Amino acid sequence: MADTLLDIRNLAVQYQTDDATIYAVNNINLAIRQGETIGIVGETGAGKTTIAKSIMRILPNPQGKIVSGEIRFKDQNLLDLPEKEMQKVRGNQIAMIFQDPMTALNPIETVGYQIAEAIRRHNKITQAEADRRACDMLETVGIPMDRFGEYPHQFSGGMKQRVVIAMALACNPELLLADEPTTALDVTIQAQVLDMMRSLKEKFKTSVMLITHDLGVVAEFCETVAVTYSGEIVERGTVEHIFDNPQHPYTLGLFGSLPKLDTKDRRLKPIKGMMPDPTNLPIGCRFRDRCPDAIEACAAAPPDVETEPGHIVKCVRAKEKGGAAV
Amino acid sequence: MLRYIIKRLLLLIPVLLGISLVVLILIDFTPGDPARMMLGAQASQEQVDALREELGLNDPLPVRYGRFLWGVVNGDFGTSLMTKRPVIDEMLERFPYTLTLVTIGTIFSVFLGIPIGIYAATRRHTWKDNAAIFFALIAVSMPSFWFALLLIRFFAVQLDWLPYAGVETWRGWVLPCGAMALGISALIARQVRSDMLEVLRQDYITTARAKGLSEQKVTYRHALKNAMIPVIMVIGGVFGSSLGGSLITEMIFSIPGLGQYIMTALNNRDYPVIQSGILIISTMFAIIILIVDVIFALVDPRIRSQYTKAKRKEGKQHGKQTEEAVEAA
Repeated sequence: MADTLLDIRNLAVQYQTDDATIYAVNNINLAIRQGETIGIVGETGAGKTTIAKSIMRILPNPQGKIVSGEIRFKDQNLLDLPEKEMQKVRGNQIAMIFQDPMTALNPIETVGYQIAEAIRRHNKITQAEADRRACDMLETVGIPMDRFGEYPHQFSGGMKQRVVIAMALACNPELLLADEPTTALDVTIQAQVLDMMRSLKEKFKTSVMLITHDLGVVAEFCETVAVTYSGEIVERGTVEHIFDNPQHPYTLGLFGSLPKLDTKDRRLKPIKGMMPDPTNLPIGCRFRDRCPDAIEACAAAPPDVETEPGHIVKCVRAKEKGGAAV
Repeated sequence: MLRYIIKRLLLLIPVLLGISLVVLILIDFTPGDPARMMLGAQASQEQVDALREELGLNDPLPVRYGRFLWGVVNGDFGTSLMTKRPVIDEMLERFPYTLTLVTIGTIFSVFLGIPIGIYAATRRHTWKDNAAIFFALIAVSMPSFWFALLLIRFFAVQLDWLPYAGVETWRGWVLPCGAMALGISALIARQVRSDMLEVLRQDYITTARAKGLSEQKVTYRHALKNAMIPVIMVIGGVFGSSLGGSLITEMIFSIPGLGQYIMTALNNRDYPVIQSGILIISTMFAIIILIVDVIFALVDPRIRSQYTKAKRKEGKQHGKQTEEAVEAA
């Protein structure tokens, strides 16, 4: 695709602990178009955050390692860039918002300093000019600029997340990686922060990769969706594909486990079993042990099947419904 | 902030009253008679009794305590039984020696210990980190008198570069300050390393990296500043307790400092010196801890905002620290 901004090919990431190797991300392929908002959905431990940290190349060192693959950002492979060049990309062309605003800000520097620092790093401007732009950013995210000189502990959780967002958008990045930006916030603040992110995204024409486990947020915010399970992308397509016509048994299970307002179910229907141990992944389909529709063919690695244009399912049985392997 | 400092200084008064009372009671319980010490073994019992009466040693404890306090309030810290000179004069004479030794030793340790700690922390789990930490452990474990003797053996006796005792010239200060700095710098290095490792794991360090900051900026501006808070506590504590307790170094290098002075007084049961000396050393320690707390507030805005509300019960914590200092002395 001509307007592809970020193209991840066969990315595999492992974490090395003292006595085991954790296979966090296993050969995923993912593309983000310019201006697109993609939702990455999956349970805790499915490798969502690892994907984002791999793009930024801020995996915990030395435990986390990208073992194979390419991350192409506008025709350059980020994984080939020397660290000095990568620093110019981070925070400037690609920025990231973190899950927990309580711990994401340096407690002993003013919020204004922390925003201006990012601006000064990537622009040749004076301190006064950077401070002025940091003030503008604060106003943009709905914080009065006279709070420039205050410290993170003087802000509430939702306000801190606004500061983090202001910091991430300060250099007008082309791609924003939002790692569960609303998970740590309560519901009313979540809605405010999401609304703000939406309007900022439209204002700055930023592509967004939104990592979440909240399907409601995805439906509201995203154009395309990738469902992750055990370090793989099991299903991807547009929001309509995934929500109106989910194909992978895991995606079906996710929707099945949501409470419904129109029926009188007294209990939620969880997916039986647990996600496989990432240090000891099964061969073949990772979801086989929990899958109600598993057949013998699932013991082999499942193919990517395109069931309709742009809707790709990692399941051997998707073929039966007329899909073609890609 | 100023109100907080004044409040803390006022809180010192009950703490110091407690310390001086405890010291007086301990001296009372300790065997050994200052009058007998002054007069020697040949003196008759009548002479000793007369001197005891003259010195006021036969008065009941509350009377002696009251007399001591009255003196302190009027600026009179008593007179040494041995030298017959005012305690305060003798201490002021000796204080510059101890202060020089401890200050230079601590500054030296800070400039040695902090870079080593950062070096090890930013290279964690490599052989460089392991080597740095191995030597720091040896240095912390090594008794300071032994290291002092090694220094003398090598630099003073074998190479004859520096004097082995006395501080008449600046060259005399090199070995004692070096002997002091070894253990303290290793202590600081270990503290810096563990705090840096803790801070480098924090989310805000990842945020700083995600902004595209250089590794230097992340390490020094974001990590080190946060890691310094416990390190300042350690430096302040070591500095404060060394002021009263750098005894071994003073003895080995014949430095006429406070440690030596108090030690001689203890041997001779020179109780005015013991009483006033411990009181003055405790006061210095408490003031240094206060200075450390003020530095905390300057570094950390969270602590600063607590002080403006002044909700913390500082008195208790602070009293304990001061008593520890007395024990150390």
